[in-house]
Amino acid sequence: MDSYWNPFQELEVLRRGIDDVFASVWPTGAGRTSAFLPGRSARSYPLLNIAARDDRFVIDAFAPGLDKDSLEVTVDRNVVRISGEKRDLTDVAPERFHRRERAAGRFTRTVQLDGEIDEKRVEATYADGILHLDLPKSAAALPRKISVAVK
Amino acid sequence: MAENTVTRGNLPVHDEGEQRPATRQRSLFLTPAVDIYESKDGLVVVADVPGLKREDLDITVEENVLTIHGRMSREEPEPLQAREYTLHDYFRQFTLGDRVDRDKIHATLEHGVLTLKLPHAEHAKPKRIAVK
Repeated sequence: MDSYWNPFQELEVLRRGIDDVFASVWPTGAGRTSAFLPGRSARSYPLLNIAARDDRFVIDAFAPGLDKDSLEVTVDRNVVRISGEKRDLTDVAPERFHRRERAAGRFTRTVQLDGEIDEKRVEATYADGILHLDLPKSAAALPRKISVAVK
Repeated sequence: MAENTVTRGNLPVHDEGEQRPATRQRSLFLTPAVDIYESKDGLVVVADVPGLKREDLDITVEENVLTIHGRMSREEPEPLQAREYTLHDYFRQFTLGDRVDRDKIHATLEHGVLTLKLPHAEHAKPKRIAVK
């Protein structure tokens, strides 16, 4: 089967090559997105910006119009799980729509951070359609200075 | 109601007196996703504009063009480890029909969702004509 020349495979090789170039230019950010795959947004909702500071992680989730009561954030060691629901305009009959671009529905998103979180001190606020999470690292995850005994 | 194609030359000019930093060039805009539907009193436009506060929004009707412009004042958390979105100003324009009463447009913003109510003008409402 593989003996035939497959143009799609060639395209895939090209795409990976382009991704590699982008990843080498922006090692943390844009390199995580793939060059020709717009469907990523359909798989991961909400979109997240994650900042890592010495003592904490800060996550901003781009999530307009969420139902406040459905919003749930759980933290387990270094794994943060966000779930909730974006309400649809259910009281409008489908034939009355001229345009329908906004998505709606239930979602769950899990992110793994590279440090353990102190669950008790986590703070989550939802304002202006952005869910803001403040996740202090647990004492065990903080860098420790070790004094060197010189003999 | 049709969407207006925006050429960059038409964009509103900020009279802030100073040049914006290169990362916030005027040409970079997010296009908010919208739902438009017909209610019993008129059109309703619902737009997702997360990150905006009420004072960041600038909604204007000029000639027959409705412009939604949101200035992003929110900052991104620093230093970023992973980026999946970039904050920019929001911009979108629509052409209004004659049926919209321009003086009665009503806007609300809640949790990053902008709702614009565009009521029908009096002359566009259905009228019953009595037969004599």
